[in-house]
Amino acid sequence: MEEVQKLKKENKNRPYKSKQTLERVVIRLAGDSGDGMQLAGLKFTSASVMLGNDVSTFPDYPAEIRAPQGTLAGVSGFQIHFSSTEIYTPGDRLDTLVAMNPAALKVNIGDLKSNGILICDKDSFTPRTLAKAGYTSNPLEDDSLQNYRLFSVNITKFNKETVSKIEGMTGKQINLTRNFFALGLISWLYDRPLDTTIKWIKSKFKNRPNIVEANTNTLKAGYYFGETNEFLAIQYSVPKATMEPGLYRYISGTQALALGLATAAQLAKKELFFGAYPITPASDILHELVRLRGYGIKTFQAEDEIAAIGSIIGAAFGGSIGVTGTSGPGLALMSEALGLAVITELPIVLINVQRAGPSTGMPTKPEQSDLLQVLFGRNGESPLPVLAPQSPGDCFDLSIEAVRIAVKYMTPVVLLSDAYLANNIDPWKIPNLDDQSPIEVFHLTKSLESGNDRFTPYSRNEHLSRPYVLPGTKGLEHRIGGLEKEKITGDVSYDPLNHEEMVNLREQKISGIVKEFPLQEVYGPAEGDVLVLSWGSTHGAAHTASENLRNEGFSVANTNLRFINPLPSNLGDILGSFKRILIPEMNKGQLHLIIQARYSVRAKSLTKVQGKPFHVDEIEALIRKIIAGINHD
Amino acid sequence: MTDEENTLIPSPVLSPKDFDSGFDVRWCPGCGDYAILANLKRVLPTLGIPKENFVVVSGIGCSSRFPYYLDTYGMHTIHGRAPTIATGLKCSRPDLSVWVVTGDGDGLSIGGNHLMHAIRRNVDIKILLFNNQIYGLTKGQYSPTTKQSKRTKSSPTGSIDYPVNPISWALGAEATFIARTIFQYPDHMKEVLRRAAEHKGVSFVEIYQNCIIFNDGAFRYATDKEMRYDNIFELEHGKPMKFGRDQEKGIFLHGLTPKVINYKQAGFDETDLLHHNENAQESTLAFFLSRMRYPEFPEPIGIFRAIQKPTYNDLLDKQMEEAKKSVTKPLQDIINGEENWMVT
Ligand SMILES: Cc1ncc(C[n+]2csc(CCOP(=O)(O)OP(=O)(O)O)c2C)c(N)n1
Ligand code: SF4
Ligand SMILES: [Mg+2]
Repeated sequence: MEEVQKLKKENKNRPYKSKQTLERVVIRLAGDSGDGMQLAGLKFTSASVMLGNDVSTFPDYPAEIRAPQGTLAGVSGFQIHFSSTEIYTPGDRLDTLVAMNPAALKVNIGDLKSNGILICDKDSFTPRTLAKAGYTSNPLEDDSLQNYRLFSVNITKFNKETVSKIEGMTGKQINLTRNFFALGLISWLYDRPLDTTIKWIKSKFKNRPNIVEANTNTLKAGYYFGETNEFLAIQYSVPKATMEPGLYRYISGTQALALGLATAAQLAKKELFFGAYPITPASDILHELVRLRGYGIKTFQAEDEIAAIGSIIGAAFGGSIGVTGTSGPGLALMSEALGLAVITELPIVLINVQRAGPSTGMPTKPEQSDLLQVLFGRNGESPLPVLAPQSPGDCFDLSIEAVRIAVKYMTPVVLLSDAYLANNIDPWKIPNLDDQSPIEVFHLTKSLESGNDRFTPYSRNEHLSRPYVLPGTKGLEHRIGGLEKEKITGDVSYDPLNHEEMVNLREQKISGIVKEFPLQEVYGPAEGDVLVLSWGSTHGAAHTASENLRNEGFSVANTNLRFINPLPSNLGDILGSFKRILIPEMNKGQLHLIIQARYSVRAKSLTKVQGKPFHVDEIEALIRKIIAGINHD
Repeated sequence: MTDEENTLIPSPVLSPKDFDSGFDVRWCPGCGDYAILANLKRVLPTLGIPKENFVVVSGIGCSSRFPYYLDTYGMHTIHGRAPTIATGLKCSRPDLSVWVVTGDGDGLSIGGNHLMHAIRRNVDIKILLFNNQIYGLTKGQYSPTTKQSKRTKSSPTGSIDYPVNPISWALGAEATFIARTIFQYPDHMKEVLRRAAEHKGVSFVEIYQNCIIFNDGAFRYATDKEMRYDNIFELEHGKPMKFGRDQEKGIFLHGLTPKVINYKQAGFDETDLLHHNENAQESTLAFFLSRMRYPEFPEPIGIFRAIQKPTYNDLLDKQMEEAKKSVTKPLQDIINGEENWMVT
């Protein structure tokens, strides 16, 4: 704030500006992928969290690596939802949109609320850029934007004036600082301090003083412009949210997964072997983990997904924690080997970052459409536990939980994330590693059988887990494999009744994992009119929608599944306590199918398969309709 | 058991019997796999490696039943994927002696990709490819090594596939150790297996194996007492390449192609013959030898190539060590991130 105070003092002739306090705001910064919108967005986010807001963000990158400049395909956006109350989603509709070029305007304008604030860089609306974006007339000058509060600002020109006097700035470098002018401007608009950003600039470019100066000056110039220029008449502020005390950072689902796995390795005092084949949006897990090799994570880039999962099965047999990460098409390739892990009862974790399918589908876009594939997409009766994190931070907790379950129950575990969770960035209360309970891994080193009896690799403990014996253990040499086993000796067996018993045993073992899970929690009334049952990343929108209606006095509860197989033991009772059940999911009703079949309840399915997460109002609207229906009965 | 304990207790002298798992062997009577099993059981105890440190990983096929019959650690996995599992295992546990048993279908058809990559990475695993030029387990379809025109269950009018040459193929993947042996050559096989075991890096061994049920006699030219002298010759490092009942025939280099001449009759001397060099860095000679196929040429057996190159698992461990050394802060600090804030 110091810097800003100084600016304010310097400027004595500033026009009168009114101030307004808002509960929450959604903004989006959009520009060409070379315009630095992600960075500006992140810095705005930092400033907001430092102010004490609750924040949720969503970066939206172009799918093409090098989309031509100025085209619709090359637009990059960063959405920030900041609030004085708790929030769970990056927000539906925008209060403010910053568009750095015509393409960014065209791609994003549909999401701006009517009467929303629209800030455009006037200088980059040239005949050439307009044509590239497919505009036949300049929208800043015709009447097409009259539904919005449009502010056309000479961002390029003002930025240039500010930084071109600095020594050693090339034309290209000058252009690269435009994003900080825009950031300064909206920082004023929403009363965000500049100091965190200035500090960051100083450390980031510490060996390039001219860049530090340029970015800092233009940031301040933007701020100053907002303050002194008459046309932005109102400054908004969003007060502090009450958040649980503690140390916070912001984190994406991908980062949380990687840190969770590193933590799991430490808690288990074991090497974690991560074998993977690059695939969007899961490759970033590999990129994050490679950098954590020093913390006992061995990474292996395999020749394909079959090799990736094969390598971790081998590593698990050898005693490492075997983990792989993939997305839909890779998951499909892994299914046979996943079955091998089921029958050999080896502990591995498969992270599937779901994206829109079928086939290659839309690689960068989220969907929740692999649920049935992970539950049933293998030959034979092949049960395994399925976990689904509900927020970026939850990716940390559930990756540890996945490892814990895998080694305790000697089973492959699937963690279902998605492209939205992977990139969504939320504030996260940093856990203290000392509070985490260790992951116990027990390796049998002596035969439990008396005398000369052979070691029996398929005898089971109270959890129905078989012993985990590592090669190199004298006297316990044994063979495992994909053929059906005799239920105790593990010898190959085609005995019909033994097979049936083994199928049942494998099923019981997985069902028994339910005792590891917390009871399913319900937000809102314990019984009533409507229960919204969501899973995984749909939590944010479902919870917000339900809460909004609760605040209006409706009898609406919601609950989110993080454990999908086995299902929490009290779920049946919960479902029975409501007149209507609504299941929103980013697929064509996969959880809905399972819930109806398992609990013989009738539920309504709300589906969305647009490669986009739910908007709160989409869920809210349907709940209202359902309530109206009940009142009609 | 820790490594320490393993090294402290002197290993007892092992015998082939110690490697017998006691399982009933389920191959057809007369199957060539029996001989390979017997020879490997003789070699393993002589390597100075504790029995519990062997792991045999296989895919699917008659040949891939192998691990069940050896009293070591073992995994009978899925069709074609054994190299991937062995790679993960060896990278996780470099202290183990990891073997892969695969068939011509398992290793070269469904698993061709993995075999190629395990070889090119030079993972320190020992790959034994049992080549019977047929799919045995699925009852007699042609395989990627089946001779063209061969009539099989799935090619009643003759296979039109051009077969793959496993040794040329392994050379293409830059294998550091390549050998060929034959199920009915016990002493030769034992020697090849021993050398394969002792090689540091990937070892690729093609073993001709007779499937008595679906492809009987495929290697008769190499095993028949009368025929073998003219059709097979043993490669020996530094030695001239000669063969025949009286070692009267020799291999000459004629331009870029091999030529067989009865050198004694033609008045040549052993020193005029092509000499073998298994350590040649360039694989040119080994490749040239791999192209010699029956019936046009006698087929070389023995070690085609044995060179040294850092192994994948060693390089990986080295990088891991360096990464561990460069760690300056506890994991908690990494989790805390570079930018964080306190809410009070
Ligand atoms: C994914 C898959 N596809 C097909 C099969 C059927 N299958 C089993 S073994 C085999 C071929 C085995 O041939 P080879 O590797 O030459 O082994 P051999 O039996 O000759 O020793 C096939 C096709 C299978 N088990 N799994
Ligand atoms: S089918 Fe052929 S390869 Fe298989 S066991 Fe019988 S003889 Fe051996
Ligand atoms: Mg075969």
